[in-house]
Amino acid sequence: MAYFLIIISAILVNNIVFTQFLGICPFIGVSKKIDTAIGMGAAVIFVLILSTIVTYLINLLLVKFQLEFLQTIVFILVIAALVQMVEIILKKISPSLYQALGVFLPLITTNCCILGVAILVAQGNYKTFGAEAGLLTGTIFAFATAVGFALALVLFAGIREQLSMVKLPKGMEGSPIALIVAGLLAIAFMGFSGIV
Amino acid sequence: MKRLESNLLNMVLVLTISALFAAGALAGVYMLTEEPIRLAKENKKQEALKVVLPEFTCLSEPEIVNDLVVVKAYNNDEFVGAAVESSAVGFSGEIKLIVGFDAEGKIVNYSVLEQYETPGLGTKIVDWFKTDKNRQNICGLNPSQVNFTVDKDGGDIDAITASTISSRAFLAAVQAAYQAYANNPDYVDSYSGASAQADVLPCDTDSLQTTVLPDSIDKKF
Amino acid sequence: MNNLKIFLNGLIKENPTFVMLLGMCPTLGTTTSAINGMGMGLATAFVLICSNVVIAALKNLIPDKVHIPVYIVIIATFVTIIQMCIEAYMPALYESLGLFIPLIVVNCIVLGRAEAFAAKNNVWSSFLDGAGSGLGFTFGLTLLGLVRELLGTGKAFSLTLFPENYGILIFVLAPGAFLALGYLIAIFNKLNTKQ
Repeated sequence: MAYFLIIISAILVNNIVFTQFLGICPFIGVSKKIDTAIGMGAAVIFVLILSTIVTYLINLLLVKFQLEFLQTIVFILVIAALVQMVEIILKKISPSLYQALGVFLPLITTNCCILGVAILVAQGNYKTFGAEAGLLTGTIFAFATAVGFALALVLFAGIREQLSMVKLPKGMEGSPIALIVAGLLAIAFMGFSGIV
Repeated sequence: MKRLESNLLNMVLVLTISALFAAGALAGVYMLTEEPIRLAKENKKQEALKVVLPEFTCLSEPEIVNDLVVVKAYNNDEFVGAAVESSAVGFSGEIKLIVGFDAEGKIVNYSVLEQYETPGLGTKIVDWFKTDKNRQNICGLNPSQVNFTVDKDGGDIDAITASTISSRAFLAAVQAAYQAYANNPDYVDSYSGASAQADVLPCDTDSLQTTVLPDSIDKKF
Repeated sequence: MNNLKIFLNGLIKENPTFVMLLGMCPTLGTTTSAINGMGMGLATAFVLICSNVVIAALKNLIPDKVHIPVYIVIIATFVTIIQMCIEAYMPALYESLGLFIPLIVVNCIVLGRAEAFAAKNNVWSSFLDGAGSGLGFTFGLTLLGLVRELLGTGKAFSLTLFPENYGILIFVLAPGAFLALGYLIAIFNKLNTKQ
């Protein structure tokens, strides 16, 4: 039951983009069309789950040797290495998928979402609704968070596609209107608070 | 100077050296800042307890009563009160707070440690119940001598306007804290006149005992 | 270009917040008040300046194929250093900035300036470039924080200017960050095109 609540909480109530402000750069940069949004979303889900599992296990080692101050540097290196590896493996196993994800994969390294969630899970700093903050719970949280990110991205892309056909005041074109729309979406998501 | 060639030896060498340098620099700064960080954390805990408790010179080890964490405070061997960490489920999440009671069971002060209530409404619990207006101030009240629920439920405390659920949860948490507090042998029940003088913990002569508070208080402090 | 131009470039023409739209996450996440925004900006500026200087100094010693991981190691080291210093000497700021301090490592501005400038220029110019971008970022964050704090709570730098009851609460909440930044950029754009 707790897992179900974690999923609902991470996707809707505490959506990573609209309430935690992680993953904004790609959110604004990659959301002009629905197809690219879906591609980015899928890539993030894939990488986020993998990186969370790996960084969690490595963090156990860091804690054991009292080397927590190396957390940031180790995590980001692991994430960068992981993304590289995923790229290479994907190229070999499924060239079509690699083509589809295209330029998004390397971009994911600097996505604050990935490092942010890795740190949150490693420190157990998320609502667990009674479940023990271990590897399984963390992975479920990471999965749900990534789905929330993908959801936000696709929603946003849908709106922006419509926006591109509308006439706007000169200064508003591009990022300003995108941000304001994001703000309105964020207000909408606020409606989910209190569900869990 | 031309850039170093990208052959295997150079790459491995540079990577290893930079990693070693980084680890070394970080370890150095870590050792420098370890003590100030620990002091800052201790300070925060002490400050938080000072806010909710009457004047004290030392604290007891934290005990678990009714599943809640209780820390007793003494002023030169005299029991002056206790702080209890409590929680309740509010409107959109758990409300965690710490309440300080004096030796007679009256609330000295409280601090909300964590809450996820509706901003502008439920978030008011942070200072609503300390404000001396109407019947909303709970400081100075003894929960066993007053009808400690919101006015809507027939109680004596004014709830936050349009935030009855948050107010109810808040008061329930304080009630639970009081129950845990009242179960302690040092508590003087002034109402009934009964008093139980249990073993009074002798205070260390050197100022405040740096108690190791359990993780729950630790995390927020 | 001469050094003054380098410095001013990061401050105005290629201002990270309003023009380049880099480093959005901390921009939106830490600007609930002017002080928080300024603190975050200055921490990022510290990392920017230090990493720019070190990378510019060592650029010829770093083989091309491994330059990304080495840059990351350098940047992450400075981020961790500033993190420990803030935790030790400014605990209140550490509380409010929270997760965003370690996230400076993935702030596109830092790696971006390292790649685009420090890798190709001398130490002094790189220092100025880092300082300019860092200050531009700080300016952006402080301004956004000030706007949100003022409109949302009636305070500026914790000094009350008008009663909190008249504040528009949404501005200190999540959606308000998006809205405030959107309008600020629109105004910035309008001013820029007019010149």
